[in-house]
Amino acid sequence: MLQLRRLLSASPLLLALVMGGCADEGSGGGGVQSEKMATIRSRGKLVCGVDGKLPGFSFLGPDGTYSGLDADTCRAMAAALFGDPGQVEYRDLNSSERFAALASGEVDMLARNTTKTLSRDSAGGNGISFGPTTFYDGQGMMVPAASGIASLKDLDGKPICVESGTTTELNLADRMREQGIAYTPLKFQTGDQTYAAYLGKRCVAVTSDRSQLAAKRSGFPDPDQHVLLPVVMSKEPLTPASINGDPAWADAIRWTVYALFQAEELGITQANVAEKLAEAKANTNQADLRRFLGVEGDFGKQLGLPADFVVQAVTAVGNYGEIFERNVGRASALKLDRAENRQWTDGGLIYSPPFR
Amino acid sequence: MDRRWPDLFTAVPLITPDAYPPMSEQKPPIPWWRDRRVIPWLVQGVVGLAMLVVIALLVGNLVRNLTAAGLLLSWRWLGQPASFDVAESLIPFDAAMPYWRALVVGLVNSLRAIVVGLVGATLLGTAVGMTAYSGNGLVRRLGRIYVEVIRNIPLLLQLLFWYFVVFLSFGNGTEALQIPGVVLAKSGLYLAWFAEGWSWQGPQLVNGIWQAPWRFSVEFAALLTGLITYTGAFVAEVVRGGIAAVPRGQWEAATSLGLHWSQSMRSVVLPQALPVIIPGLNSQYISLAKNSALAVAVGYADLYSVAETTLNQTGRALEVFLLLLGAYLVIDLLISAVMNGLNQLVQIRER
Amino acid sequence: MASHPALKAIRRELFASRTDGLISLGLLALIGASLLGLLRWAFLQAQWVVIQANSTLFAVGRYPLDQQWRLWLLVALLAMASGLSWGLLRAIPRADRSGVLWPLNDRIALALLAFLASWAPAALGLSVPLQARWWLITALLLAIRWSAGRWGRRLPPRLLKLVPLIWPLLYLLGMALISGGLGLVRVPPSEWGGLLLTVLMASFAILASFPLGVLMALGRRSELPLLRWGSVVYIEFVRGAPLITLLFLGQNILGFMLPGGLAPDRVWRAAWVLTFFCGAYVAEAVRAGLASVPAGQQEAARSLGLTVPQALQQVVLPQALRIALPATVGQFISLLQDTTLLSLIGLLELLGTARTVMANPDFLGLTAEVYLTLAVLFWCCCAALGLGSRALERRLDPTHSPA
Repeated sequence: MLQLRRLLSASPLLLALVMGGCADEGSGGGGVQSEKMATIRSRGKLVCGVDGKLPGFSFLGPDGTYSGLDADTCRAMAAALFGDPGQVEYRDLNSSERFAALASGEVDMLARNTTKTLSRDSAGGNGISFGPTTFYDGQGMMVPAASGIASLKDLDGKPICVESGTTTELNLADRMREQGIAYTPLKFQTGDQTYAAYLGKRCVAVTSDRSQLAAKRSGFPDPDQHVLLPVVMSKEPLTPASINGDPAWADAIRWTVYALFQAEELGITQANVAEKLAEAKANTNQADLRRFLGVEGDFGKQLGLPADFVVQAVTAVGNYGEIFERNVGRASALKLDRAENRQWTDGGLIYSPPFR
Repeated sequence: MDRRWPDLFTAVPLITPDAYPPMSEQKPPIPWWRDRRVIPWLVQGVVGLAMLVVIALLVGNLVRNLTAAGLLLSWRWLGQPASFDVAESLIPFDAAMPYWRALVVGLVNSLRAIVVGLVGATLLGTAVGMTAYSGNGLVRRLGRIYVEVIRNIPLLLQLLFWYFVVFLSFGNGTEALQIPGVVLAKSGLYLAWFAEGWSWQGPQLVNGIWQAPWRFSVEFAALLTGLITYTGAFVAEVVRGGIAAVPRGQWEAATSLGLHWSQSMRSVVLPQALPVIIPGLNSQYISLAKNSALAVAVGYADLYSVAETTLNQTGRALEVFLLLLGAYLVIDLLISAVMNGLNQLVQIRER
Repeated sequence: MASHPALKAIRRELFASRTDGLISLGLLALIGASLLGLLRWAFLQAQWVVIQANSTLFAVGRYPLDQQWRLWLLVALLAMASGLSWGLLRAIPRADRSGVLWPLNDRIALALLAFLASWAPAALGLSVPLQARWWLITALLLAIRWSAGRWGRRLPPRLLKLVPLIWPLLYLLGMALISGGLGLVRVPPSEWGGLLLTVLMASFAILASFPLGVLMALGRRSELPLLRWGSVVYIEFVRGAPLITLLFLGQNILGFMLPGGLAPDRVWRAAWVLTFFCGAYVAEAVRAGLASVPAGQQEAARSLGLTVPQALQQVVLPQALRIALPATVGQFISLLQDTTLLSLIGLLELLGTARTVMANPDFLGLTAEVYLTLAVLFWCCCAALGLGSRALERRLDPTHSPA
């Protein structure tokens, strides 16, 4: 027993030893200190947390490849980091596990239609760090067209399907409480089960981000049989995120996404980026373009990224407008309008701070 | 000082060294690390040290990482308003009530599923277990097939099947499945029961909506169906084994007294089989209680489901996990305590 | 006519009395109606295209297409090893085995294999080259089975003793083939899926939990309080919690407990959780086995001059493990079933793959087909494990084998 007691008394010392032994070993590229980016570089792959089952945002096709706006964000990041958009390892995360996956370092970043909120952003809350919003959305409600339901009031006493662990779930509770509507929330862990229950007519309505509802509806056997109620229950800025405590990595994400915005503003597309680069290299007087494309200055180095990260990202996935149109725009299966997601020059909310 | 050989692996007392002739004095002295008095402490010291290092490593990292994330153990959030709703609840609840209340709602829902599940699985399992001794070959084989089919298919798969394939295929309103006294609709399972003044009241269709004294949600019904059929198969095996332990002579004696099959089963065989059956039931009951956490897959708001939502809204992974662990441990212990009591009751009666 | 005793048996079994007869008729009608309904659904209504179109996804998940030759190679090697073991098992007569080369069971298995090889690939709508690969693999298995049965006896005994070693070697080789490295392209666990992931998870957890369980069982019966209490705390902690909360621990908290680089991939994290989970149950099964070995056995072994570990290894454990075999295999079967819970934490094993497939807009609403296919698959695997366990039990039973 004596030995045991002695051991026990020595345990705080051991604890201190162990805790001290795990010192940071960060070594950033280009003079920037980022533990995360060092890890990603040494791994050679970016691990990106996505939904995986949401057409238009991140969807795993039968050929085993991911497509969508969120998936393109991951690809743009991989292109910026490695010059190769293929160096992404996708992780399908459901809404309940995404923050834990990010916090524990399981994924490097989230591009999983995640709403930016105070409690998720703050250090005292979920403690994650958000980049620029890539899709401004609002919560909606979808019902069968034949149900005759026209407003939230008509849902009194009815079951509503909702994915658990989402802001949607909380907004639903808030809106219904405000209006004094009693309802039964049927919660499922994953989107596919939520919509399976809705299609199985267990609920008379399903609520989620309007874009997600449109995305899911596009896959239904008879999309015209379902309508979105003309209500917007909340603001849902869907935003890529990384872990708090690695500002350099957060900056890299932030400015790579801004670069996609800026490219659209400057009219740089996937098709003409090479041309623009040649133009920038030839004309020493186009300083803005030269800096943006990394011909001049050290923006890349300041972020810990290669100098040509903008060129790589745009070459890989195109500018923001192209990404939008390809995945969720009028020409896609989702048929969404740009609406709030237009450039600020067109009266929208997509706005990149200056690259200076 | 006890100089017994330190037996590392078994509690069975062995021949003590005192039984051997005393060691001769000429032999060189035993080095201390082979001394029988030292070895047990040496082994325990090494194991203890290893355990301590591992635990210190894990806990140390946990503390360091949680501190960094600002999530170090705290229970204050339990008092904050949950701001989410729960589908069904036996106690009053709304989104303005605190998290602890939401967790209690989940716990009550879990307990409801467990208790009803236990009763159902016992009845079904006993019935099926007894079919193994039926004179009718068809009944015997059907019982066997049921057990073999159900036991070899994962419970989660069965639950999803019951919910998404079976229960969601029922219609609503007039399209519901109607059996006298029972209505199965998408909106729920409706059962007849005594209404006020002891009048028997069945489900009625009022304005296209079913109403009945007893209503269960389909989520609850699907969970229960899955739990009962699954656990029932295991209970059936326990019951069959228990009956098999009763000597054949008892059957023959009962039959020669002129008792029917059912009479001899009820009053002669089963009472004798119970002391064998009850310990087996105990572990099946506990696994049913634990399996009830799979409710999350069919949208029933049980403890695990509410806990998961809570985790999401608060990010308090460790606290939520500890609460879950504690709750299920207490449920397990309760079941064990009741079953042990029952076991003693049965043992005393045995002569 | 042989039908006379058969008729008699039917009469005795089904129509012994009037009530019995009524019950039997009612049940027969019920069985007939449900069988008819099921068959009608299966052949006329069910859209099996959901299984056909996604057969690769169900089999291996997102395993890269250009690396799938490694899996084919592995399947071929497995077929060869099974053929060899099977043939030799029949070729070498032993006391507990008849010397017949093709006993009835084997002929049934042969017919079943031939049927599966010709029907399953075609039913899954595989392309002809893929179908041909399955025929080839089956032919390989049977050819090796035949030749091993025929000429196995002529092999030198020393070589024969090495044959069982093929299996652990093959397991390691399989792991290397699947995950890559050593010159092969690495395929990370996040790209394993479907049946491949289910089988890997289950086999890994089974193999790793067994020694863990035995150690814990011995620890629980140890006289040393630290070992005993350590084992007790571990076993009761694991057995007290639902598996899903432990998986929750593995996914959400383990990442915080291990230093940054050391935390394994989440697939492996889940595999370890399964292992530690199963280990506790195996420990209880083995403990029951240990308890049923009479104390006199150990005393006798000790008085023969064996040390404690020797007595344990050569006398007590063999008996205890034989007694614990059915319960242990029972645990393994439920472990195989428990792998479905991995779908709740987002892993794409069989059930997780099924859920992605059912969320695919092209296959919405085809839940019954998918769940039934999975049920049949799991049933076959679990039932086979159960059968194997019973066969092994008979083989190990000292009272059965004529010495």
